[in-house]
Amino acid sequence: MTELKLPSLNYAALAPIMIMLGVALLGVLVEAFVPRRLRHVVQLTLALLAVLAALTMVVLNADDRIITAGQALAVDGPTLFLQGAILVLAAMALLLIGDRSVERGGAFVAQAAVTAESADDRRQAEGRNGLTEVYPLTTFAIGGMLIFVAANDLLTMFIALEVFSLPLYLLCALARRRRLLSQEAAMKYFLLGAYASAFFLFGVALIYGFTAGIPGRGAGVDFATINAAVTESPASPVLLFAGMALLAIGLLFKAAAAPFHVWTPDVYQGAPTPVTGFMAACTKVAAFGALLRVFHVAFAGAAWDFTPVLGAVAVLTMLVGAVLAVTQTDIKRLLAYSSIANAGYLLVGVLAPGREGLSGTMFYLVAYGFSVLAAFAVITLVRDEDGEATHLSRWAGLGRRSPFFAGLFTFILLAFAGIPLTSGFTSKFAVFGPALDGGHAWLVIAGVLTSMVLAFPYLRVVVMMWLSEPGESTPRVTVPGGLTSAALMIGVLATLVLGVAPAPLLDLATGAADFVR
Amino acid sequence: MSNFPFLSVLTVAPLVGALVVAFLPRHRPELAKQVAFAWSLLVLVLSVVMWVSFNAGGDRFQFRESYSWIPNWGVSFTFAADGIALVMLMLIAVLVPLVILASWHDAESSKRSVPVYFALLLVLECTMIGVFAAADVFLFYVFFEVMLVPMYFLIGSYGGHQRQYAAVKFFLYSLVGGLFMLAAVIGLWVVGGKTFDWQALSQVDISTGTERWLFLGFFLAFAIKAPFFPFHTWLPDAGGAAPAGAAALLVGVLDKVGTFGILRYCLPLFPEASKWFAPWALALGVIGIVYAALLAVGQNDLKRLVSYTSIAHFGFIGVGIFAFTTQAGTGAVLYMLNHGLATGLLFLVVGMLISRRGSALISDFGGAGKLVPVLAGVLFFAGLASLALPGTAPFISEFLVLIGTFTVNKPVAVIATVGIILAAAYVLWMVQRTTQGTLNPALTEVDGMRRDLNLREKAVVAPLIALIVLLGFYPKPVTDVINPAVQATMDDIGRTDPAPSVGTVQEAGR
Repeated sequence: MTELKLPSLNYAALAPIMIMLGVALLGVLVEAFVPRRLRHVVQLTLALLAVLAALTMVVLNADDRIITAGQALAVDGPTLFLQGAILVLAAMALLLIGDRSVERGGAFVAQAAVTAESADDRRQAEGRNGLTEVYPLTTFAIGGMLIFVAANDLLTMFIALEVFSLPLYLLCALARRRRLLSQEAAMKYFLLGAYASAFFLFGVALIYGFTAGIPGRGAGVDFATINAAVTESPASPVLLFAGMALLAIGLLFKAAAAPFHVWTPDVYQGAPTPVTGFMAACTKVAAFGALLRVFHVAFAGAAWDFTPVLGAVAVLTMLVGAVLAVTQTDIKRLLAYSSIANAGYLLVGVLAPGREGLSGTMFYLVAYGFSVLAAFAVITLVRDEDGEATHLSRWAGLGRRSPFFAGLFTFILLAFAGIPLTSGFTSKFAVFGPALDGGHAWLVIAGVLTSMVLAFPYLRVVVMMWLSEPGESTPRVTVPGGLTSAALMIGVLATLVLGVAPAPLLDLATGAADFVR
Repeated sequence: MSNFPFLSVLTVAPLVGALVVAFLPRHRPELAKQVAFAWSLLVLVLSVVMWVSFNAGGDRFQFRESYSWIPNWGVSFTFAADGIALVMLMLIAVLVPLVILASWHDAESSKRSVPVYFALLLVLECTMIGVFAAADVFLFYVFFEVMLVPMYFLIGSYGGHQRQYAAVKFFLYSLVGGLFMLAAVIGLWVVGGKTFDWQALSQVDISTGTERWLFLGFFLAFAIKAPFFPFHTWLPDAGGAAPAGAAALLVGVLDKVGTFGILRYCLPLFPEASKWFAPWALALGVIGIVYAALLAVGQNDLKRLVSYTSIAHFGFIGVGIFAFTTQAGTGAVLYMLNHGLATGLLFLVVGMLISRRGSALISDFGGAGKLVPVLAGVLFFAGLASLALPGTAPFISEFLVLIGTFTVNKPVAVIATVGIILAAAYVLWMVQRTTQGTLNPALTEVDGMRRDLNLREKAVVAPLIALIVLLGFYPKPVTDVINPAVQATMDDIGRTDPAPSVGTVQEAGR
């Protein structure tokens, strides 16, 4: 029997992941041992401190370019950049999750087990404090995402996928109001997510089979082996293509790309809005981080084979997102379709070759994350006695009622529409430029055409808010407490700064745009 | 030439003014108006100083400034003005204070914040100056798009009937054009070696196929903006719904961005493609002249009528540009200026009529000249200027365009001449139905119709009338500035004027 060799671990490089997962475990203990009235404060503080500590470690590690934990994790430029992005955006999302000033008791249900729509349910909706388990769940999810973007083999990637998905399924079900919708969303997300995971796992198996039999190497699912196998494997390329396709399905599902997008509107609408923001920002970063690594590192040799297929997926995603966004009447569903269309633009960036494509995509992820979190922050504020008023007709005349928040939301919508001097424009440029440079003119033209379509729904909201007269049922905009205000202002300011002076972040992204292979 | 950074200061100054005005208390509307007016006068003074220090015989681009912005993409804040841009900047600087003065009471009827209205006008001035002053393609694009936002809110929040529809249509049309241009801008950036500097890009050789696609991307945006037939349908809606002051800026200046863009970007950057597409562009111009003039004849809404006349005039400008002779080019640029003055005046006067009557329909007027003789006289003058009567400034430009075109393309020039006749028809018939003839008894019951022009309104129309007459008799100061720039543009596309064969057709107006 051969002796088991322990892989060497670079603890400093792994610190962000370990901090997040460690604090998540600590959060579970807090639930058990800290009195109920203190839990909210303790949990929120813990989670924010953990994110801060992890972010500090990411910054300290900024120059690391290593593979550690026995080929399982790569801590290189893209990993660190995306981990930093996830942590910053997660901190904003945590502020939204932790807010209890907008709604008494917070956005989460007090007792998830109470039957929805029962008398008990109505009582708990009236202001009993929400569950504090959401914090450990969120921290677990963040930890999983940090692993996901660093994973250097497909099995680690799969485990990370599950680590961040399972808490998200739960979080989706925990809305304080409209609980049936929320539970339905969680159920759909869970079932479809489980299918996607199964596809992914099947893909891993096929790829493993494909890598067997390269001269001088064992079979494996680490990216270096796969990369070598793409050019050297004697196995049938059918295995490779089938495996790649199945892997892509799993990843594109998380990225909300068509035709694997159908869960997105329902889940975005049903989930508690802070969680929707968290998913729209952080899950996108994680999913695209993984897509970038899989296709730029593992399957780099098969670029000629996957580019047309992924390109078609990108075009379809942009079209579906843009066209269906036009027909939406619910602001959360509208942003869900907009997020699908944005997944399409991001895929254009994934297909753009070279450093510039990579750095452009990473820039886009950060810029979009900030804007979308700010957008969902505004949505949490527009409410009546039944909770958030998300139907578009209710937003009529909002600009008259509260010009300040309507102004902020208008700015974010203009950013989504890609008007210059917002991050929406610079980020589109950041992905379209390299894509055109790489010869994908058709993707850029599709992107531009769908942007035109997509501008219409955004503009419709602006018209609703400013040019319509306020009606009887126009809801009030709640003046937010410190936490939501902070998240909102960070998001809006980042949208402005990244639109006016994107150079520093672009420099950072360009400097980080090298995978360790 | 002075080293003062005119262009960047001119761009930023209105924005600062807008911020000041926007933060004035809402219940002090008079103060906001005064500050906005004073600020726009300040910009005007600065522009006059710039005009004086421009050296007509000097470099093509003057007042060049460049500051790094996004080095990763080769983007910089580069400003520079040639003669064409200088004339347009001057037009903006003259029109904005007059528009502010003319809009003194416009915002009050809308129940919305008055300071915000004037702040939006100043923001619009900032973006308009920026778009003409930019010498970096990226910067130009930024201003080109951002310009939509203040105009959108001016139409949508302060406009009249159907303002929402008009605002959205305006925004979407322009955005669609802008996004086509974005694709072309990115394409130009890629083939041009990752720079946005206009002068560097004008040296780049582009393969024929690519050049045509890029030209189309830019041209589409500019044709929508100008607008040329068949991309014009947004203008009557926007012009009809916008408050008169904003409408004057919309057709007087904003739309010139389209024709300016063709002169500054399409022709010099894509010379071969410009020649290849020229017959098509000429055809669009000629169709626009006749078609829009016919539609104008049939309009019953004053503002929509003026909008249609503008489309016809833009047809003339388009013909002048794509005839590729110095005369026609100079005529086109001069037309851009004169049309801004004449149509600006017409829009403002029509706005005064409409605000008095409370209706924009021609059929609601009739014999108004008996009640408000001075206003009717000004309307008549503005109409005559608009139909290019000799002695008014637009005549010179229209004449230059026609003879410049005639030397190279007789059929186009002949068909375009029909536009002059139609112009007489729509203007004179409009004037006749509104101010001449028997008095419409309904008019006497409207209080407003008993007030003729007051001092403020006289102060608005007087400078414009003076400029139209002055430039009608003595256009030399302007043509001196325009000519070298147009000459340089013609050199860029490698066209020389045909030698006069019979007789001596001297360049008129020189």
